Amino acid sequence: MIAVYLLLLLSAAGIIFFALTGHKDDIGTLNTRINGVSLLITIWLAITVFNQGTILSGGKAFLIDSFNVYLIVLTAFVGFTTSLFSAPYMAHEKEIGKLTDKRLKLYYSMYQGFMLAMYLVLTTNNMGIMWVSMEGATLATVLLVSLYRTPESIEAAWKYFILCGVGIAQALFGTILLYYAASQIGDSGNALLWSVLHEHATQLNPDILEIAFVFLLIGYGTKIGLVPLHNWLPDAHSEGPTPMSAVLSGLLLNDALYAVVRNKMLVDGATQTHIAGYLMMGFGLVSFLVAALFLHRQKDIKRLFSYSSIEHMGLMTFAFGMGGALATFAALLHMTVHSLVKSAIFVTVGHAAQITGTQKMSQIRGLIKTQPKVGWGLLIGTVAIAGFPPFGVFTSEFLVLLATMHSYPWLTPLLLLGIGIAFAGLFRHIQPMVFGEKPEGQNAIKANLIPVMVHLGFALWLGLAIPSFLSDWFSQATQLISGSAL
Amino acid sequence: MNIESQDFYTQAILSMSALVGLTSFLMLGQGRLLRLIFVFAVQGLLLTLTTSLAAYSLDNPHLYISAVLTFALKVVFIPWMLHKQVLAMNMHRDVEALKNNTAVMLSGASLMVFSYYVLQPIIHTSSMIMLNALAVSLSVVLLGLMLMISHRQAVAHVVGFMSIENGLFFAAIVATNGMPMVVELGVAFDVLVAAILFGIFFLHIRTSIDSLDVDLMNKLHEVDK
Repeated sequence: MIAVYLLLLLSAAGIIFFALTGHKDDIGTLNTRINGVSLLITIWLAITVFNQGTILSGGKAFLIDSFNVYLIVLTAFVGFTTSLFSAPYMAHEKEIGKLTDKRLKLYYSMYQGFMLAMYLVLTTNNMGIMWVSMEGATLATVLLVSLYRTPESIEAAWKYFILCGVGIAQALFGTILLYYAASQIGDSGNALLWSVLHEHATQLNPDILEIAFVFLLIGYGTKIGLVPLHNWLPDAHSEGPTPMSAVLSGLLLNDALYAVVRNKMLVDGATQTHIAGYLMMGFGLVSFLVAALFLHRQKDIKRLFSYSSIEHMGLMTFAFGMGGALATFAALLHMTVHSLVKSAIFVTVGHAAQITGTQKMSQIRGLIKTQPKVGWGLLIGTVAIAGFPPFGVFTSEFLVLLATMHSYPWLTPLLLLGIGIAFAGLFRHIQPMVFGEKPEGQNAIKANLIPVMVHLGFALWLGLAIPSFLSDWFSQATQLISGSAL
Repeated sequence: MNIESQDFYTQAILSMSALVGLTSFLMLGQGRLLRLIFVFAVQGLLLTLTTSLAAYSLDNPHLYISAVLTFALKVVFIPWMLHKQVLAMNMHRDVEALKNNTAVMLSGASLMVFSYYVLQPIIHTSSMIMLNALAVSLSVVLLGLMLMISHRQAVAHVVGFMSIENGLFFAAIVATNGMPMVVELGVAFDVLVAAILFGIFFLHIRTSIDSLDVDLMNKLHEVDK
């Protein structure tokens, strides 16, 4: 099981190495290479799991099954493509004097720190360590949000720190209650290991687990960005450097949702009721609708897309909450396509902001005339995220709708309404930015749009035909989470 | 439940939880920053004592390590760092006028009742003592939140944040005799890093708004005005 250790060690080494050398000129390329190697390792890991099934290694410290292995690959993939984008982006920021050497060191070092925390959240089998690494992810990124040291960015970072710190503290209380319930049935040494807990889920005390789940959902839900705990999210996404927004939106939110679902599996086993699912459905639906409405009132382009992230995370939480094979399958697919498309959008938005020198949507105009690639990238990305066929988001949203019609038909109109509102909210802002008149003296910049094309290409592929190995995987994960096959 | 009929350890734990709860209330009504930090350090000390007591009575040596960690972090390092900040900003003579102090204290009391109410189902599975201990920990968490809402100074927010951690820690020791070692070390590491980051943030906030009053940080809105 050497791949897991290699993966974690590589990121850990990256933290130390970049803390010393992060200011050098070609360091962005090295960051890309490290993330590239990580991606290869995760693919190796995925192939191993594909052939051997669930792996429990390192004295049960790490658990890799069909649910988390594809998220690990996705994390490494988005981490890699974002680092491809980040290298020239950060070099540009340094050139125009927005960043100093010291801050670049911090940036690259914490990029790896964040990746390490994400890999740990996904691979660990210990619910306590999962909490520790989730908090670690906040700590790693909090100084990156305030990287530009403007009053706004410091405010955003403070908000992020306090809200997420306090929020996630509730999840620790939930984890302690979980441990308490588990230690009542003996074997307290292993009582936080997910595999052990899952095996004995039916023996756990349902009353305690119900209370625990409320705390866990609030705690990790703060990180997912569920309304009304979402306040930090648009601020942190809009004020930090753009590569950070891409990984926060594409990875951090997913992994927080992953933590909730892992816990839900235990709670469902213990209570044998649908209480955890109802809670998730409620929070998810409210987030979905509220965020869709907020899209209309935004003026900053990165805030716009962070509200869109809240909306999609809400939909996934809703789908996971609904349970059942179809909804779970749809949620897993939606997690993947949302990560791909949203990080692609943030990359394009980063370029658009560098072309125009602003993040205010009222001042971003005529992208398609200035630099067609960026303009088209933004337009196609928005089309994809709004859920148009033939992109993958359409497929997954359609499946969610189908599952809703089957189980809770009276909720379908609300979902349709939300999708419609969100579509209008996105396009009223995007249309003038892409097609509007080009302002005087606006020039194209050096942009690397390969990550965008690759991401959108994958999203398109997933919309047209899901490759069989991937759908096998999703089916296995669905079987694991919902307990029934598709 | 007759407290005299319990064994010594249980009685000690119950008294400790009462004292920890009391310190939380003391912090809630405190307008002077230095005193707030002092009470926070006292709460940390109580936590250290509880941990050592549990380690001794239950013969669980790894709890001694967490006792030492708690002492180093919550009694020495964090109060020292905050103390230094308050002196550097020359805020040690200011008294923060707390709005609606009575209402805050009353809602604090109701939060404690609420904690008992929430955790009531647990009583079927274990003793009254466990309910008391867990309910006090939960109310320390909630009172920490209340402290952050009612105070405006960033220093007070950090104290609130850290006292939430104290509440969680207390729950972990009393209810489950401490989490597994690796988790406890991880949590302690997170707390340490968080404390250092708070120090860095104070510096940034001071250079940015020339004050540590977080109400002055109001540039970002949900929707643009």
